[in-house]
Order: sequence, then structure tokens, then C-alpha cells
Amino acid sequence: MIKYILKRLGLTVLILLGVSLIIYVLIRLMPVDFIEKKIAEMNQGGATIDQATIDNMKAMYGLTDDTFLGVLKGYWSWLTKLVQFDFGTSFKYGIPVIDVIKDSMGISFAVALLATIFEFMIAIPLGITAATHQYSIRDYVVTVLVMIGISLPSFFFGQVLKDLFAMKLGWFPNSGLTDATKDLTGFAKLMDYAWHMFVPVLTVVILSIGGRMRMTRTEMLEVMNSDYIRTARAKGLSERKVIYKHAFRNTLIPLVTSLAGLLPSLFSGAIITEQIFDLPGIGNLAFQAMDAGDIPFIMGYNMFLALLSVMGVLLADLMYAVVDPRVKLTD
Amino acid sequence: MENMENKENITVEENQILPTEQVEENQNGKKEADDSIERNVRLMSPGRMVMRRFFRSKLSIVGLVMLVSLFLFCFLGPVCYTKWESNEIDYSNRVEYATTEIEFVDENGKTQVFYQVIETIKQPNAFAKPSLEHPLGTDGQGWDNLARLMEGGKVSLAISFITVFIITILGIIFGGIAGYFGGAVDNIIMRLCDILMCLPGFPILLVVGTLLESMGIASQFRIYYLMGFLSLISWPGVARLVRGQILSLREQEYMVAAEAMGYSTIRKIFKHLIPNVMPQLIVNMTLSLGSMILYEASLSFLGLGATAEFAAWGTMINSANDLNVLQNYFNVWGPPGICIIIAVLGFNFIGDGLRDALDPKARR
Repeated sequence: MIKYILKRLGLTVLILLGVSLIIYVLIRLMPVDFIEKKIAEMNQGGATIDQATIDNMKAMYGLTDDTFLGVLKGYWSWLTKLVQFDFGTSFKYGIPVIDVIKDSMGISFAVALLATIFEFMIAIPLGITAATHQYSIRDYVVTVLVMIGISLPSFFFGQVLKDLFAMKLGWFPNSGLTDATKDLTGFAKLMDYAWHMFVPVLTVVILSIGGRMRMTRTEMLEVMNSDYIRTARAKGLSERKVIYKHAFRNTLIPLVTSLAGLLPSLFSGAIITEQIFDLPGIGNLAFQAMDAGDIPFIMGYNMFLALLSVMGVLLADLMYAVVDPRVKLTD
Repeated sequence: MENMENKENITVEENQILPTEQVEENQNGKKEADDSIERNVRLMSPGRMVMRRFFRSKLSIVGLVMLVSLFLFCFLGPVCYTKWESNEIDYSNRVEYATTEIEFVDENGKTQVFYQVIETIKQPNAFAKPSLEHPLGTDGQGWDNLARLMEGGKVSLAISFITVFIITILGIIFGGIAGYFGGAVDNIIMRLCDILMCLPGFPILLVVGTLLESMGIASQFRIYYLMGFLSLISWPGVARLVRGQILSLREQEYMVAAEAMGYSTIRKIFKHLIPNVMPQLIVNMTLSLGSMILYEASLSFLGLGATAEFAAWGTMINSANDLNVLQNYFNVWGPPGICIIIAVLGFNFIGDGLRDALDPKARR
């Protein structure tokens, strides 16, 4: 087990090296004068980036030296900073990239966590009914609804919900996270957050419910067709016990595994949803930074995401062994 | 239930391993012991069986109808609907006449009156309500929504097909090589897959979008480059599928036979192994067509694709970021969204139907 984890960690380092190399090459392909132009634009827009910062950045990424050796040196200097968790200073926000990520991560995490909880709470029962009543009307209705959910483009569906709930019905605010006109504290402030987050969370839940439900249904069907379910029925157990005690518990294995894999990605933010509802989450900030050409932020954010997804894969694998005693991690 | 079905499954003649399907009812109405096999069993080619199972599902038919009508709309539509070009601004009913009267006395002492008529084209016919002239109205720039919808659809559908095609080809090549040779080659290719799979897809595309801008590539071509890049980083999914299948297939006896016949490696991989992976690949391709349409639309929505002048479904929906448009002009941003849903849903329905139809274990 320990050996397996160590080997996987080694692989993780390799993957992150590969990802960092790709990101660095992409950034290096940008002409330097383009970056300078973007910085000038940002300065016009109110940011204060002095020459020293620019030179500092250029030195850090080795932008001044275009020879092969210079590129290598730039990559190395960026990489050494990276392992010390020094992502540089964001041009657009004027504070270290890692602080921008830290500050905005909470909101994205709250939205994603709420959405994931609701997603599992709704999708699992739906998946079970669809599987236990396979080929019935119920199964078809659930399947079709879920398919529509999968096919909805987030940016369109977000706008529709915004139009419906915020504009037409006026039940919820159309954007932002807080009501700027009110000065709220304590519980009232929390409720205000929740009120603002309702429609974004609803959007994410509806969009993601389909995949989870289909997964539950497929797994459940597979389990229901196995021999031990027949044995359980032959023993004369009630259908309820067969489904929830024997079948569902085995369906839980892949579900819990996928939950572990999902954990890191909860922090990564949803670019489109956050943009539509103007939530100050990490996805929205990242999009604006990338739009402005904020190199340090782009590189830092992409590495952050790669780290999260590598961790997700690792966690899912480990979880698999924890949940299912039959699985032994060897190799 | 299942046992009954198995009992009734009768294999045809000794040597033929053709799939059989039972005729629902005996024509004579009574069963005879001897030559009933001949009468009860109809031979079907695997292809026909797949077709039959595919068309038995209502959802696949719905999906097929949705896609065919969408294709006709996007590719045949512009041929029939020629009133407006997708990037033609409607200035028609916004012409203004300003008449001024100029009076002056000429050298003979007579008063002359001139009327000066100034014809000004004030504004494009923006946000026109749906009418006979513009069946879906016009948008904020005075462009015809219907024409833009068809033009955008053409681009979206074409791009998603090309992208999926490239992804599949790359996946087959890499997955085939990794699965067949195994060992170090397999290891290298799989590690490459791991790296590419951990690349954050959307943000990386945003970076590439900025990169394309810095290289001064014209905005209407950017989406092609972006989707090209996307296909370069998204083949690992297909490669893993192909590799997994080949790992189990290469141990089978017919591969030993192929080896014994002295076939070349290329021939063994591409002629004997890949065709056996095709069913899963086809399902995978159909399902990813839908997600590519979503990808393309999301990129255009974020403004990474073409500028507004070149129609795309995502760009059209992007106009709803303006609260005024969102609230009052559903005819601008609604139809492209519905088109995207139809396309993706259609591909998903067909993909699901194909999956069930191609599954050898399927009983229905």
C-alpha cells in the first residue's frame, strides 16, 4: 500500500512537470511586445504596474532571452519558484497570485459543495428507481429528463434561469454575491449569501445531475443482475431489503470513489456559471485575468488546476481500495 | 425469464455461427418437432441486427429526426432563405427625410424657394420584432437572426465533426500502438495520456485564445485553431479505450492465426484489431460530437472565437449578457440555445441507442 502510494506520488510529480512544461511553452510562444501591450492596457485601466515589476516578471520567466538555453533557464527559474509556492504577483489584482486564489476559492467552493450535495441527494434516488423499474415509463421519463439535463449548455441554461427567476419573477437577485445597499452581519449576512447563490447552485445541480444519475442507474443495473441478488431473493428477503441492503451498498462503491475524485475539483471554480451570475469566485477572476493577459495569474491558476486534478485521480484510486475491501493496491 | 429466453435460442446449422433472431410467431400457429428450426429461425447479418435494435428504440429515432432536421435547416436553409446574408445589416426602414426650405432673392429681385431634401440612414434596423421580413427578428446590430442561426449552425456542426474525427484518428493510432506493442512504448504513451488528461481543458484553451490573438490570427479562423488544439489534447480518452480493447483482443486465437499467416504489424493492428474496437469507437464518437458542439459554443460564448460579425451560436447567446437583451429579446438569444440543445440531445440519443444496439450482451 505504502509502496503503491509512493509510486503514484512519483507519477504525480512527473505529470505536473509535463503540464508545467506545456503551459510554459504556450506562454513563451507569445511575443514579448504583445505582453508589454497588454500591460500598458492594464495600466491605462487603472492598474499600477511599474517597470521594476515588469522587469522582475521578465527575468522570472526568462522572457528576455530567446535562445534555446535561455528558454530552458527561464523554465527552470519559474519551476524553482513554483515548488516554493511562489506564483508571482498578479498584474491585474496587484497581490500575489496565491492570495488571489486563496481569497476567491471560498465562494467557488461554497457553490460547488452545495451543488454536489444536492446533486448526490437527487441523482441517487432517481438512479435507483430508474434501475429497479427498468424499461418502465418511470425509467424512460427519468432517462429523457436526465438526457436533456446533460445536453443543456451551461451558458444558455444559466441565462434562462436568470431571466426566469431574477428578471421575470424577481424572486432572486440577478448577479453578485451580496446586496451592496444593505449592511448585514451574522446570520442575516449568511442568508443574503444563500439567497444570492440559489440560482447559480440550481444551474450547476441541474446540469450535473444527469451524469450522476446515469452512473447510478448503470451500476445499479449491473449489481441487480449479479448472482448474489438472485440468492438474496431466493432466500425470501423483502424486495426493499434486496435493493437497499444488498444492491445499493455495492452501488455505493463507484459513487464514493467518484466523490473522492471530485473533492479537489470543488475548488477550481466554474468559469461560465460564475461569469453569468457575476460571482467573485475563482473561475470568474481567472477569466478576467486571462482576458487581460495577466501572465503570472494564468500560469499560477493553470498549475493550481492541474494539481487539483492530479490529486483527484490519486484520491479516487486510494478511495477505491478503502471502500472496497476486495481491491488490493499492489504494484 | 432469462432462462426461458436462453432455452429458446436455437443455433443454426452446425458450422454457421451467424447470429439468429427468433421470428415472433410461428406462421402455422403450431410447433412441429422436426423441421421447425428452419421455419422458426431467420438468419440475420450482424449489421441488420444492430439496425433492428437501433430502430426499435424510440429515443434513437427521435434523435435521428432531430439531427436530420437540424442538418437540413443549417445546410439547406441558407439555400432557400436568401433574403438576408448572415452579415448583412438591415438599414431598410430607418431612412429619414429632412426637408429644409431655403429662400433667397436673386439678382432680378425675385424670391426663389429651394427645398433641400436630405436623406439620412440613421440607424440599422436593430431589435426588430419577428415579422415576415425577419422571421426571427434582428439583433442589436441589425443582423437577421434566422440567417445567422443557419450560418452559425453550419460552422458548429462542421467543426464538431472535424474535431471528433481528428481525436478519433489520433486516439486509434496512439492507443493501437500502445496496446499492441506494450512495454516501454505503452508506458510512454500512457504517461503522455496522464499528462494531457490533467491539463485543465478550458483555461488552457483560454490561454491558447490569447496566444492566437497575440499572433495576429484573424478572428474568424481562431475557432478552428482552438478546436484543433482541443483535439490535440483530448485524444487520450479514445486512446485508452482502444488500448484496453486491444490488450484483450490480441490474446485471442484469431490473432495467433494472423501471426501464423505472417501478416505485417500494420495490417494486424489496423485490419484485424481496430475493426473489432469500432463499435465502441462509434458510440464514443457520437457522444463526443455532442460535447464538442457544447465546447465550441462555450468558446464562442466567452468571446474566444470569431467576432460578432461572423455568426456562431455561442456568440449569439453571449448578447444576453446585456440585461436589456436578456429580458426583452428572447428571439435573439433563445433560438441558438434551443438549436444547441437539439443538436447535443440528438447526438446523445443516437449515441445511447447505438450503445444499446451494438452491445452484444443486449437482450432487447
